[in-house]
Amino acid sequence: MTQPDLSSLPEEALHAIGEDVAALCVRRSARWRPGLAAEEGKAFHNEVFASSREGAGAGAALALALDDWRTTPRGETDEAEDRRGILWVQTREAARLSGRPYRAGLPEDVRHRVIHVLADKPEDALFALEEGLRCRDLAFVIGEMSGNPKALDFTASRRLTLVSQKHGVPLFLVRLDAGRDLSSARMRWEVASAPSPAPRWNTQAPGDPAWHAELFRARGHRPGTWVLGDGGGMLVAHSSTRQDASNSVRPEPVEGLLFSSVSRMERRPTLRQAQGERG
Amino acid sequence: MSSPAPSVSGRRILSLWLPALAMDRWRLAMGEAGSALDAGPLVLIADTAHGPRIEALNRIALEAGARRGTMLADARTLCPAIATAPADPAADLAFLEKLALWGRRWGPWSAMDAPDGLLIDVTAVPHLYGGEQSLLADVARAFARRKLAVRAAIAPTAGAAWALSHYGPPDAIVGGTGSSAEDDIARALSDLPVAALRLDQDVLTVLRRLGLKRLGELGTIGRDAIQRRFRNRKSPAANPLIRMDQLLGRVPEPLLPVVQQDMPLVQRRLMEPIRHRPLLDQVLGDLAADMARELEGRGEGARRLEIGLWRVDGEVIVRRLELAAATREAAHICRLFAAKLDDVDAGFGIEMVRLRASWAEPLALEQGDIEAAAEAHGTSLAACIDRLTVRLGEKAVSRPVPFASHIPERAQRWQRPLDPEPASQGDLPFHKRPLKLLDTAEKIAVLYATPDGYPKRFRWRGQVHEVARVEGPERIAPEWWRERGSARLRDYYRIEDDTGRRYWIYRLGIVGDGRGGMPDWYLQGLCA
Repeated sequence: MTQPDLSSLPEEALHAIGEDVAALCVRRSARWRPGLAAEEGKAFHNEVFASSREGAGAGAALALALDDWRTTPRGETDEAEDRRGILWVQTREAARLSGRPYRAGLPEDVRHRVIHVLADKPEDALFALEEGLRCRDLAFVIGEMSGNPKALDFTASRRLTLVSQKHGVPLFLVRLDAGRDLSSARMRWEVASAPSPAPRWNTQAPGDPAWHAELFRARGHRPGTWVLGDGGGMLVAHSSTRQDASNSVRPEPVEGLLFSSVSRMERRPTLRQAQGERG
Repeated sequence: MSSPAPSVSGRRILSLWLPALAMDRWRLAMGEAGSALDAGPLVLIADTAHGPRIEALNRIALEAGARRGTMLADARTLCPAIATAPADPAADLAFLEKLALWGRRWGPWSAMDAPDGLLIDVTAVPHLYGGEQSLLADVARAFARRKLAVRAAIAPTAGAAWALSHYGPPDAIVGGTGSSAEDDIARALSDLPVAALRLDQDVLTVLRRLGLKRLGELGTIGRDAIQRRFRNRKSPAANPLIRMDQLLGRVPEPLLPVVQQDMPLVQRRLMEPIRHRPLLDQVLGDLAADMARELEGRGEGARRLEIGLWRVDGEVIVRRLELAAATREAAHICRLFAAKLDDVDAGFGIEMVRLRASWAEPLALEQGDIEAAAEAHGTSLAACIDRLTVRLGEKAVSRPVPFASHIPERAQRWQRPLDPEPASQGDLPFHKRPLKLLDTAEKIAVLYATPDGYPKRFRWRGQVHEVARVEGPERIAPEWWRERGSARLRDYYRIEDDTGRRYWIYRLGIVGDGRGGMPDWYLQGLCA
């Protein structure tokens, strides 16, 4: 991230630099859209909340990760072909609930890159995620954890954010059947399957995957709701008017300096929905 | 005949032939214990399907009538007193390899000429020994000291040197450089038998029947005639013309050196050709850092570095740098190269940059701050996997690889992450597979029209799903060569329920297949 990390400053400091707050507001009002990594850089720590009854969480996380990876501009001095791998960390519980990645079902250019880590405990999974984020030979890291384990508290989450930012390896953490707990993730999504567009030849068959995605907390973007889908190897997003958040726990109102801006946003659900509808 | 001969230009090859390598090695290995046997007729034998065959023999056995390649039984009829010892061709080869390394005392580069010869490049070396005669004398002395019989010859090409060492006069030297070299070789070798061309036995037979016995005679009947007869022979050992050209130096003959030293080499293929100096400096910096890391891994430092710049229009610019002391300091290397790159003309752009340390010397490792390095650059993949396996166990870290099977859960295997991927047939693109596969397929209760209708509704993990869209069935038969006869087929369906959740389910068996009662349904995969 090249831009100053404004929201981690105390509020007094924010008031002191009024013009930066204005800039921040402009930035925050920008809506998320696919391919944004090309302009603003990658979002390093992402969380995707999903139910363990469907493959939407991993599918959407992979789609978002690939979108960032493909649209990030490559420097002129970089090696022409990106041969880096992908680390996919699962706790044993998450693997039991939602299965392990299946090579033949992965996108073509991902199949040979996946390195899978099966961790017995959430602590081990966090360790594996952090080691993966430190590794310069990985394009991104996908994690899958089920529930709200005690080990994944705000400190652990902040730790992952910092490591990810420092080494420039994005993390996409899928939270299966989890409540929206405290986290320092830069983008937090709630994802559920959406009816897929009808295929061209057999309209009775399931089509390319589509997801209802709700961006309920993002640094630098307005929250919103979209229907994400696969448009010929690219992520496409249509705005959605879906209101109900499927089965998630509503967040506790959190007070504190770090989260002042966030909690303010989440205490005004009507405003958020209005904004979501407008775009 | 007047074609230019670039490969002859001034090269000098020393060919050594050890005619009794196996016997000499046996004597050296046995020491005193073998001298009693060696006093009489002695042969080294190898066991073949038709009985023991003679592989090597000493002088007394030769005089008694034994020959190399004959059966021991035949030789015994001529000389019943013959003693035997087993031959050991593998040890002979290992010995020859050691000799090839030792032979580098006469030149910087040597190759094995199995089974019993050596080729050494002595270009620009003989003056150190006081001329080529003295060099050959030194060779003879050194081999005599090691009690090895040797025949040596020096010629401008490997073929000529080989021919002279095997069939020429002892310690032959064919001189001459430049344009006259070819004629010199042709003249010096014209009396040698055609066997000096290193040809296969059947080709030699053909040549003998044609009446061509000497190398000089090959030139008398015209190149076209020989060309016509051997036009189908592509291998050099089967075509006398190719061998002749190699011998005269008209075509190059690649030789494999004994010790190949791989040099540290790093490169960048660039996505966009670069045309400006700041970018080139940046790439150079990256390469220097890579090189430093590479050298550090070997415990070496660079003494000479070459940077190659491949331009889009096919030009290659090379700059060399020699360092006073071995170094692997990236910043230092960059600074030194910066001055050398001032006059580089980038033309339409540089698309590849390669840095090579053509001379590296051992340089002791210094204890840097290990953690600090990992903090700054991140860890490598290997280091990352090492750390993960140490904490989580060997089995926890793995990579999915394809396996030749139709059964979905067998079609994927897990192997260690850095092992090479096994070859596979590739997947058919119309076989849509789910993103994730459950460890064990879970049984579901399905409402469907028997015997093989589409599923309408199913219950999985205590929740009912209404099926909205279906594709299938994709029938996967059991692998009869592996499974029992009672294994049932599977009909796979890709389904989507009314809220858009996509699954991969199958029906195990079909009503009336005689392999059990009503078929069960299973949910095996979750689609994205």
